Amino acid sequence: MFDILTLDSMVRVSAPLILACLAGLYSERSGVVDIGLEGKMLGAAFGAGAIAYLTANAWLGLLAGIAVAVVLALIHGFASITNRGNQIVSGVAINFLALGLTALLGQTWFRQGGRTPPLPEGGRFGSIELPFATEFANVPIVGQIYSELISGHNILVYIAFAMVPLTWWILFRTRFGLRLRAVGENPAAVDTAGISVTWLRYRAVIACGILCGVAGSYLSIAQSSGFIRDMAAGRGYIALAALIFAKWKPGNAMWACLLFGLLDAWAFRLQGQEIPGIGQVPVQFFQALPYILTVILLAGFIGKAIPPKASGEPYLKERT
Amino acid sequence: MTGTPAIELRKINKRFGPVHANKDIDLVVGKGSIHGIIGENGAGKSTLMSILYGFYQADNGDILVDGKKVSIPDSKTAIALGIGMVHQHFMLVDTFTVLENVILGAEGAALLGGGVSKARKELSRLENDYGLKVDPDALIQDLPVGLQQRVEILKALYRGADILILDEPTGVLTPAEADHLFRILEVLRDQGKTVLLITHKLREIMAITDTVSVMRRGEMVATRKTSETSMPELAELMVGRSVLLQVEKKPAKPGKTVMKVDGLDVIDSRGVKVVKDVSFEVRAGEIVGIAGVSGNGQSELLETLAGIRKASKGTLWIDGDQSNLGETRIDPAEMRDKGLGHVPEDRHRMGLITKFAEYENSILGYHKDPKYAKGPFLDIPAIKANANAEIEKYDIRPPNCQLKTANFSGGNQQKVVLAREIERDPTVLLVGQPTRGVDIGAIEFIHKRLVELRDAGKGVLLVSVELDEIRSLADRVLVMFDGKIVGERGAQADEGELGLLMAGVEGDAR
Repeated sequence: MFDILTLDSMVRVSAPLILACLAGLYSERSGVVDIGLEGKMLGAAFGAGAIAYLTANAWLGLLAGIAVAVVLALIHGFASITNRGNQIVSGVAINFLALGLTALLGQTWFRQGGRTPPLPEGGRFGSIELPFATEFANVPIVGQIYSELISGHNILVYIAFAMVPLTWWILFRTRFGLRLRAVGENPAAVDTAGISVTWLRYRAVIACGILCGVAGSYLSIAQSSGFIRDMAAGRGYIALAALIFAKWKPGNAMWACLLFGLLDAWAFRLQGQEIPGIGQVPVQFFQALPYILTVILLAGFIGKAIPPKASGEPYLKERT
Repeated sequence: MTGTPAIELRKINKRFGPVHANKDIDLVVGKGSIHGIIGENGAGKSTLMSILYGFYQADNGDILVDGKKVSIPDSKTAIALGIGMVHQHFMLVDTFTVLENVILGAEGAALLGGGVSKARKELSRLENDYGLKVDPDALIQDLPVGLQQRVEILKALYRGADILILDEPTGVLTPAEADHLFRILEVLRDQGKTVLLITHKLREIMAITDTVSVMRRGEMVATRKTSETSMPELAELMVGRSVLLQVEKKPAKPGKTVMKVDGLDVIDSRGVKVVKDVSFEVRAGEIVGIAGVSGNGQSELLETLAGIRKASKGTLWIDGDQSNLGETRIDPAEMRDKGLGHVPEDRHRMGLITKFAEYENSILGYHKDPKYAKGPFLDIPAIKANANAEIEKYDIRPPNCQLKTANFSGGNQQKVVLAREIERDPTVLLVGQPTRGVDIGAIEFIHKRLVELRDAGKGVLLVSVELDEIRSLADRVLVMFDGKIVGERGAQADEGELGLLMAGVEGDAR
């Protein structure tokens, strides 16, 4: 169950989860609850798939994916920051919007039942062989791990994992990070310190959009070759569960996503196989596990998940 | 007080819709002085200070800082002008360290490293200069409120504030902590800083300020040298009529025991024991006051007695009727049936449903009483008749029972709750913070009412963090510290002694 192939597939499955989870982290740390990760990923996957197909350029595809997700993020920001709307409602609306719009536009533009055509050469991010991967392949364990588990992924996987320490550094070592964490806990403190709560939260929401854009693009132009309907398939919700599971911390977020990725890899590998002493385990069991674990966590069995204090609350200067 | 004033306000006006919060305010604050601004809730003090701190903009009028006309569109500008503010509700991030809170908004550069080490040096300098000692690496949530407030002051000084505004700074402090704060303010003044102290407590004005300005209903009604005025004069200026600061009451004539608590323990949701082996009794015709700094178990004690919270052990007698609180929770309705009235500490959270009309609020908890209900249906005319009677008797304004209670002032809201509980004729009345956020005029009324209830032979258990209130009302004072009753004193107990008990410095062996 922990062979290189399974772990390799865990890494591939985890990468978009990590990106989406970190996206949610920026948003929620600033006090904006984002249930719309799913919709933003889906929108980005479609944008990336469509543009990569038309231009045969994966990088332009990625840019398009990011652009779509950022626009959706700004809609969420406009609704929940500027207009102080209900953040859950706005997030759900974005999920529905993305679901309907991608299918509709996909069918109108490409006439293939909502999917985009397979990507041409250059439209997809290929896997990268790290230096000396083939040479090390024969060294037992360490060499195998290097050549098969670490080497041979596409660039977005490396970006995803690089974002983890980078996010930690931004959050805890920069001015922006300090203010971001503060605004999610007590926006009034930020306001009275002479910092704009609105602009700060918008920046957080935009950061969320960019990372969702990368996550969505990964699905359509790195992991697969082209967009298909409902491609995000609940990954946005899993990422959200991982975020809670990780207690809104970047390092934990990576481990949570790897764990959920591993469960997914198992679900795939163990399909139809007998597990000694248990018998056949339905795929759905593994698919449900991330949610079950999160609920158990929320119920207080594994430590305590305390969200940023001001999350979900629009900031309004009180009238004395 | 010579030379250019630190702050001068000329004809400041501010409206919120139909409410004229500040009317033609003129104010001159001398450099290097402690200037008090006193007024009732809603007199416009906080609005005025928020304008000075750039939180709101004045509709018109001029602000002069150090003799120069300025406009303060946001807090950033105010900070740049050397104005710092310590808010009534602290503007701190609980999960941050002291250091992080101090540098927030004044980090220096995009990376934190340099700002952090500079702040460390600066904090130790401020500690030396002003005696403001705080561990820079402590988390705010672990600090007592007195220290949290010190962090707020440090924040302002770190930003180079020369003018410090403090909004109701002593509301959360023990008397000893308040004295300490005043000493700090004196040091600040002696080092040339200007301090603006906003408060509704006359005693503080007399104790610490050099000059005092009085606000009433959005207007600045007077400015006096503190040494040339008196508490009664200031109270009269605040309210617009003469007020009795001390309730007139005859000595209590305690009768039989109407409520007795024995060995009460309460464990809260975090698993912390917040009430520890508390025993006492309340007799008919006496007011028993529970003094203590907020957060020492008084709230939990009151909630447990009212039936809102479950005790882990303890026995309660009301009028001889015994119940074991450790075994079963007696719910609030049963408590009421036993003859217990409850005026909760937080009228917004527990006392009222502010979106409901006054008449609906006037029967909350008593809605099953056959006087107001016919089977499952409410008898609206009977309820309204009763509500109108209470409005008349308790002088609740505006006298309109159809109005949502959200539209009443704090004092009138409190009267609605008080009327509801007192008019049900309880054997014992539990009262929590009866005058929190209530104007002086209404305080006078509420205090009188409670003394009348006592004189009618009822037992009253009064929980209050206002020591003055406890001292002027209670016939016996119990002091709570860390969940325990650490001392008992008679009426008119010595304030200093109570203060030490409240701070847990000394306690009677019990």
